[in-house]
Amino acid sequence: MKFSESWLRSFVDPVCSGSEFSHLLTMAGLEVEEEESVAPAFDKVLVAQVLEVEKHPDADRLNVCRVDVGSGETLQIVCGAPNAAAGIKVPCALPGAELPGGFTIKVAKVRGVASSGMLCSAKELGIAEDAAGLLLLSGDAPVGEDIRRHLDLDDRLLTLKLTPNRADCLSLEGVAREVAALTGTPARFTPVDDVEVSIATARAIVLDAPEACPRYCGRVIAGVDAAAPTPTWMSRRLERSGIRPISAVVDITNYVMLELGQPLHAFDNSRLHGAIHARMALAGEKITLLNEQTLELQDDVLLIADEQRPLAMGGVMGGEESGISLATSELFLESAFFAPTAIAGRARRYSFVSDASHRFERGVDFGGTRRALERATRLVLDICGGQAGPVSEALATLPERHAVRLRPARVAKVLGVALDGEQISALFSRLALPFRRDADDFIVTPPSYRFDIEIEEDLIEELARLHGYENIPATSPTGLLAMLPQTEQTRPLAGVRQIVADCGYQEVVNFAFVEEAWERDFADNSKLIRLANPIASQLSVMRSTLIGGLVANVASNLKRRQARARFFETGRCFFRDAQGEPVAGFRQPWKLTALAYGSAFPEQWGCAARKVDFFDIKGDLERLLAPRMAHFEAAQHPALHPGRSARVVVAGQAIGFVGELHPQWQQKYELPLAPVVFEVDLDAVVMVSLARYTEVSRQPPVIRDMAIVVDQKLDLQPLIDGMIANRSEIVREINLFDVYVGPGVEAGKKSLAFRIMMQDTRKTLQEVEVEAAMQHLVAYLQTTFAAQLRV
Amino acid sequence: MHNFDQIVQAASAAFAATDDPDALEQIKASYLGKSGQITALLKGLGKLPADERKSVGACINLAKDAVEAALNARREALRQMALAARLAEEALDVTLPGRGQSRGGLHPVTRTLERIESLFGSIGFEVADGPEIEADFQNFTALNTPADHPARSMHDTFYLQDESGGLAENVLLRTHTSPIQVRYMQAHVARHAGAETMPEIRVIAPGRVYRVDSDATHSPMFHQVEGLWVGERVSFADLKGIIGDFLRRFFESDDLQVRFRPSFFPFTEPSAEIDMAFMSGPLKGRWLEIAGCGMVHPNVLRHVGIDSEKYIGFAFGMGPDRLTMLRYGVNDLRLFYDGDLRFLRQFV
Repeated sequence: MKFSESWLRSFVDPVCSGSEFSHLLTMAGLEVEEEESVAPAFDKVLVAQVLEVEKHPDADRLNVCRVDVGSGETLQIVCGAPNAAAGIKVPCALPGAELPGGFTIKVAKVRGVASSGMLCSAKELGIAEDAAGLLLLSGDAPVGEDIRRHLDLDDRLLTLKLTPNRADCLSLEGVAREVAALTGTPARFTPVDDVEVSIATARAIVLDAPEACPRYCGRVIAGVDAAAPTPTWMSRRLERSGIRPISAVVDITNYVMLELGQPLHAFDNSRLHGAIHARMALAGEKITLLNEQTLELQDDVLLIADEQRPLAMGGVMGGEESGISLATSELFLESAFFAPTAIAGRARRYSFVSDASHRFERGVDFGGTRRALERATRLVLDICGGQAGPVSEALATLPERHAVRLRPARVAKVLGVALDGEQISALFSRLALPFRRDADDFIVTPPSYRFDIEIEEDLIEELARLHGYENIPATSPTGLLAMLPQTEQTRPLAGVRQIVADCGYQEVVNFAFVEEAWERDFADNSKLIRLANPIASQLSVMRSTLIGGLVANVASNLKRRQARARFFETGRCFFRDAQGEPVAGFRQPWKLTALAYGSAFPEQWGCAARKVDFFDIKGDLERLLAPRMAHFEAAQHPALHPGRSARVVVAGQAIGFVGELHPQWQQKYELPLAPVVFEVDLDAVVMVSLARYTEVSRQPPVIRDMAIVVDQKLDLQPLIDGMIANRSEIVREINLFDVYVGPGVEAGKKSLAFRIMMQDTRKTLQEVEVEAAMQHLVAYLQTTFAAQLRV
Repeated sequence: MHNFDQIVQAASAAFAATDDPDALEQIKASYLGKSGQITALLKGLGKLPADERKSVGACINLAKDAVEAALNARREALRQMALAARLAEEALDVTLPGRGQSRGGLHPVTRTLERIESLFGSIGFEVADGPEIEADFQNFTALNTPADHPARSMHDTFYLQDESGGLAENVLLRTHTSPIQVRYMQAHVARHAGAETMPEIRVIAPGRVYRVDSDATHSPMFHQVEGLWVGERVSFADLKGIIGDFLRRFFESDDLQVRFRPSFFPFTEPSAEIDMAFMSGPLKGRWLEIAGCGMVHPNVLRHVGIDSEKYIGFAFGMGPDRLTMLRYGVNDLRLFYDGDLRFLRQFV
């Protein structure tokens, strides 16, 4: 809601100015979003009349003007404007004037001719971008008047960011009413008397949809000059409210909408046929609106129609065919109340909004329908002439304003500060909210212009607002002390993130909507979750893996010459899943994904540089999962190198993947080296097993090494798993400490060296027991994996 | 007697003359060994007359002690020399850089979220989470914002397609973290269904939210933290207290002002917008929007089955991105979502 402060002050003029006034509005919930001056500072510019214009003797493009500034003596001013002409009235900056931009006017000679001042364009005064010529003032402008006063340039423009509940402030009168309540300065509203009815022409009105349109007033005005000029005072106020003047009748309807908050519509009466109907559209019915948009309507859209066709989308926008033009001589002027629920969302459905729909969907004063019609009629008659017909009104059931009970004790409970009966009475009176007392309670009946007072809390807010939020104390809350649960079987996400960060990874936050290609490449996802209204095509699909974002992070950092990068992200991934919870149809698990790119360690002395590889990342993942032990099974993943990727299994459950990016994606995403990534379910990562004591042996451990030769293709994991499952009781630890392929080992084979730790909790181990345990392992390996003991 | 002193002097001189521990032990042998001078003297005692034997013996023992003392002193000196030599040899250029893996770091907004969680945790707020693809019901309807409510246009909502490319019914990307309120309250009510008095709800819910908005000051995905306290005695004054307290703790400064001004959210009544201003520094005196808040609307409580006459509460939703920018002096929101290492490393 944008308007000029001087217009507002014509209704209510409190003694506070500038930023103080804006602050007052903001702190009352009418946030002043923007405030600007109509014109920058300047002075000594008067209304002047050009008396004579002669060519400059030495310059083709210059004129020498004789100018009357009302001082009794005429000034000679050299002027280069193309529209300089005898008789026009223009702003004239006198010698000594300071114009915007620090430009000072002096008596000077221009090409040898004395010039005592400057005739100004709107641009030179800083009030418009246009510099085509001198700013022409109206013929009746009083010569000698200060231009700031004449054009009301000390005015300010205020833009309110109104919340949707305050529809009552979508008009100058509404804001004035609020200012009056806030300041105690009485407001003076435009008196509106019924105009004299001088013709009998009337049009019948039928409410076919009385719930959507419970009140409709209209009247014919004949003999109108639609081409009459809009008076300057009106067009100026419209312009300063951000509305472009169009023609007198349209301007009048807009003006009254701004002034009183009632949207109006003017039809060309000669194009109407029979009675006016307010009815619901038939499904598929079409209408072309004034904005030239042709809509196919659904049956929940309210139409204003005549007996032949739709005329307007009720409360939203008029139709093109029945609209007025400069040639219109007979108007049918509409002022109606449309129910908010009948208007809400309709314009948005067709991707537009109008000033009318914006107001109707929030609530227009249904007590002011007729007054607005009379006000607009008066202005039409005054500006365009004509004769008014009688008002036709159709009335059904208007919204009821239910009385709301306010209990002072509840006020104290909600606000934390008590207001006594007298204070509450005073506040309601200032707000002009009619009330009666019932013992201690107040019974308030909200006025027809308030659509936001339905329950006690609404009244409490009104009281708090007017009392001033800043006058409510800030207290320390008291609550019942109870310890929060703290489970040891899960660890806080913060701790998990810190472990990953400590492994050298930098956390990033990437968008959850990604390029479609990422989903195909990195997840082979064919059940995409597409946004219906993405802001860009590369942000159009919900991600089911975080890998794409991290790959893109590496690529963008490479462009910034960051050759080594380690990133991680935790975030939700999104899958279509009929069994999904809690939102049906979608599964939204949290994932933790990390990616390492470039050298394994930052470049440093005394440490041979090498590229990060699968086992670096696997080690980081194991560190992250500890104390839980993961199993790794060779497995395929669309994002990963088929020979260098593994499924991560913890406690029998697959929790994610680790591997090197597939070479084809490395190439496609222009990465000179292969990144290594892991992606795991965060739920699994935060789980930890509760520690449980087992007896510490006081007996000395026995350590034996064993090297075996097996097929080179054999994976270690099943071998280790088998050894653990088949070990003797005294075998406590089995650690792989070397893998060797090369001279001394047959081609196609590899040597694996294990260190076996054996211990008994009760007694010192005997050599026979140790030997037996080792033999047992060797025998198992020989039979199960065709392993040979290497000697 | 004179003779004994000479022996001690000669031995001391001989010890001092060598730097070699092995040579020192050889020299020792020539005095204290089987055929050493002192040993010889002791052996000769027997030949002395009995009356002299005692006094000479004492003198020899004194000399022996003196030689041993000199030997031990020299041994210690040589040990020290050897140690000093080794230490000198082992000395490093300690100014060379240390080795190891680089350190990563947390995203600055994560740091802020963790601090928020911990500050509110210190007064008994639990942390809750909720889905980001959210049901229309929880995101709007249960928050007193029915379909076509004008407040819905305050949120430019991302909607999803269904599998056949049409508009997916009843789901959206959550536009705020407030639906977590609804889900948390529903679960809380179910958990305490039989109880005479429902335990208080104190919860904060941080998370990512989505709006169709992208420019220098808006990101289509950003963070919010929702806070909720429902109990039998919770007031707007308490809300003012807790928010002021939080901001002063978060910024570790009393040098800031907080103001509440009336606003509108369908799910709170009364509602307020929270602004803060620093009283010093580059942003001195400028009011900055930090959060929206208010007393939970009775309809919202009723929706989840809480008696709105008995229980009352406040809720707030704040912007941790904004708080992070203010805390660390970041001037462009987009940096948070750009993955630029040069930026992110500053928060390690």
